[in-house]
Order: sequence, then C-alpha cells, then structure tokens
Amino acid sequence: MGLRFWILLFMMVLVPASGHCRSTAFGTSIYDPGHLKPRDSLLKVKVGDMAMDFTLPALSGDRVGPGQFRGEKNVVLTFIPAAWTPVCSDQWPGYNIAKPLFDRHDAVLLGISVDSRASLHAWTQAMGGLWFDVLSDFWPHGRVADAFGILRHDGTAERAIIIIDKKGVIRFIHVSDINRRPDLGMIIKALESITP
Amino acid sequence: MYRIIFAFLLFIPSVAQATDSAGIGERLIRIELPAPETPGMRDYLGVGSKPTFTMDEIDARVVIVEIFSMYCPHCQREAPRVNRFYDLLQERGTPGAAFKLIGIGVGNTPFEVTYFRTTYGISFPLFADEDFTIHKALGEVKTPYFICLARSADGSFQVVFSRAGGMDDPGVFLNKIMKQIENRR
Repeated sequence: MGLRFWILLFMMVLVPASGHCRSTAFGTSIYDPGHLKPRDSLLKVKVGDMAMDFTLPALSGDRVGPGQFRGEKNVVLTFIPAAWTPVCSDQWPGYNIAKPLFDRHDAVLLGISVDSRASLHAWTQAMGGLWFDVLSDFWPHGRVADAFGILRHDGTAERAIIIIDKKGVIRFIHVSDINRRPDLGMIIKALESITP
Repeated sequence: MYRIIFAFLLFIPSVAQATDSAGIGERLIRIELPAPETPGMRDYLGVGSKPTFTMDEIDARVVIVEIFSMYCPHCQREAPRVNRFYDLLQERGTPGAAFKLIGIGVGNTPFEVTYFRTTYGISFPLFADEDFTIHKALGEVKTPYFICLARSADGSFQVVFSRAGGMDDPGVFLNKIMKQIENRR
C-alpha cells in the first residue's frame, strides 16, 4: 500500500465533496470562497411567530415584501449568502423552472441577498433572468437577515428558506449548511403541509 | 455507497488525472448505478432485473453520458437539444447494437431529477447523484458535460471523447461522434 493509495483514500473519503456543481453558463465569473463554517448565526424567530413586515428594494425597481401578499399568497423567502459564489449560483436557477410547483401551492417566491441591486442585476442576468422578485438587503446592511437571526458575522446571510402563510405566520424555517443547497423537494413538501 | 467508493479507490489511476477525459471515462465505466424502476427504461439499457448495473453492462455499442444538474441554466437550455439528440439516436439505433443515452444529475435528489425529466419531457434514463459522489469522482466537471464511450474490439468501453458545454446542433454532434468512432478503427 503505497503513498498513492493513502492520497486517494484522503481525496475520496476524507475530503468532502464540494456540495455544488458549476454550470458553464457562468464561465469563469464565479468566486469560490472555499468551505465555510456551516452556520454562523442564531435564529431570532421560530415557527408559529408572526412574520415581521418589511419591504426591500427589488430588481424591478419597486419595494417588495411579504406583507403585500397577506391574505392572498403563501410566501417563500429564499435567502442566499452572496452573489457570484458557487452554491448560490447553483440554487436560484433551479427555482427558475419550478414556478409551476410554487403556483400549485399558491405561493410566491422572494429571493433575498445582502448584495447591492447592481451586483444582483448582473448576476441574475447571467442566469438568463428569473421569474421571481429578487430583493436587496444591502442597506442598512443585512437588516432583514439580522431581524430573522440569519446574518453571519462576515456580513453575508445564511442559506435559509422561510415560509410565511397567508395569515402572516411563519410556518417553516430551514437554515442549511451554507456549503449545501437545500433540496427543492423539501421546500415543496413544506408547502404541501400548509396547503393540504 | 461503500461499493461505489471502493470501486473508485481500486480504479482511479491518479489524482493528477482529475480533469483528464480518458481518466474521467475510465472512472465512469466502473460506476455502479441503480437500475431504473420502469421496465421500459430497463429494456432500453438492457440491464435485466438486476438492482444495480455498471456502464459496461449497458446493451449498446456506444453510450453517451450527459452530466447535468436541474439547477444549471445551461443544462436547462440544452434539454430540448438533448431530447432531439436522443430522437436521432433512436432513429439510427437498432436493438443490441444501438447508441444509448443516459443522464446523471449531479447534486440532484431523485425529486429534482424527476422534476427535470417532467419539465422537459425527457425519455432517456436519468440518475440522481444526490451526494455528489459521482461528480467528485469525475473531477467535479462543469455542467453540462458529455462523455462518449464506445466498445472496443475486446468488448470493453473506451472514451471516444468528452466535452464541457452544450452540444449545439444535435446532428452535428452525432456526426462528430461517428467520425471519432471511425477514426478509432
């Protein structure tokens, strides 16, 4: 059993998979921060709480927030840590083909990032555009993420899914390992549980 | 899972070959996949009733593998073209001596692979590589990524070529594959 065996063993078993794949759609534009501390914040909300009302500037130019859908739609908030990073660039494009699934559960999707609108505009254009509103939590920096308790110490947000029902009640919270993308099936299952 | 990892440890020739196309193909040939649940897909691959199979057990002269992700915008745009490519293969193929096409959804759960299939009306077998095991073994290639395997005279599969990015025109892509196979003879 030579050195190569042990190198292979290390590479294949001990080194974790990256947890993301890169689409050729982004060329060489993606910045890889490497493996990060899985979670770096403490939640300030829990399932059953009334969701705070907020609005943030959207790429559309309007201010958008979950309160605008009260009584009409369930709202799925998808927080991502940062634009132009590997896992995030490998998350929202999937939701881009999943609109029928959200529609089926009477839900709207709101993407939220602490990036500026300029950066988010360039990034989402590289994805080919998105059907859902993308909101910038840039200034005051991370105010909304912090209110939910998902602002990390480096100023990025956690990778989190928060579902608010039509009455404005938080019905589902999932904060992922920041290095991993949450399963779409998990999100849809959570929606099914609140829209039987 | 442990069988897959063990197979990787046995056969990966060198870490330095992580992005080498021949190396990728060699690893791919030995990867064990779960047999499809539907009889039609099992018949397509010719893998009988076994619970798992490896590439070299596929009843085909040539196997084209697409490494994709439901989350990859390029893969989404490419899906209709890949479907046309599959139709072209079906037109040219004959049972037992055909060109076969499969897809591996890296980092995708079975739910996500099924949704991708449904969204784009995909008729060829797709497999979920939920924990990136296969992706990691292939050197974490970008998606979409195509690998073409062809049988040699001794019956084993060899890599004809591989490429990152879309196939563009399905007919041109197929002709390129045919030319590569001809060049090997």
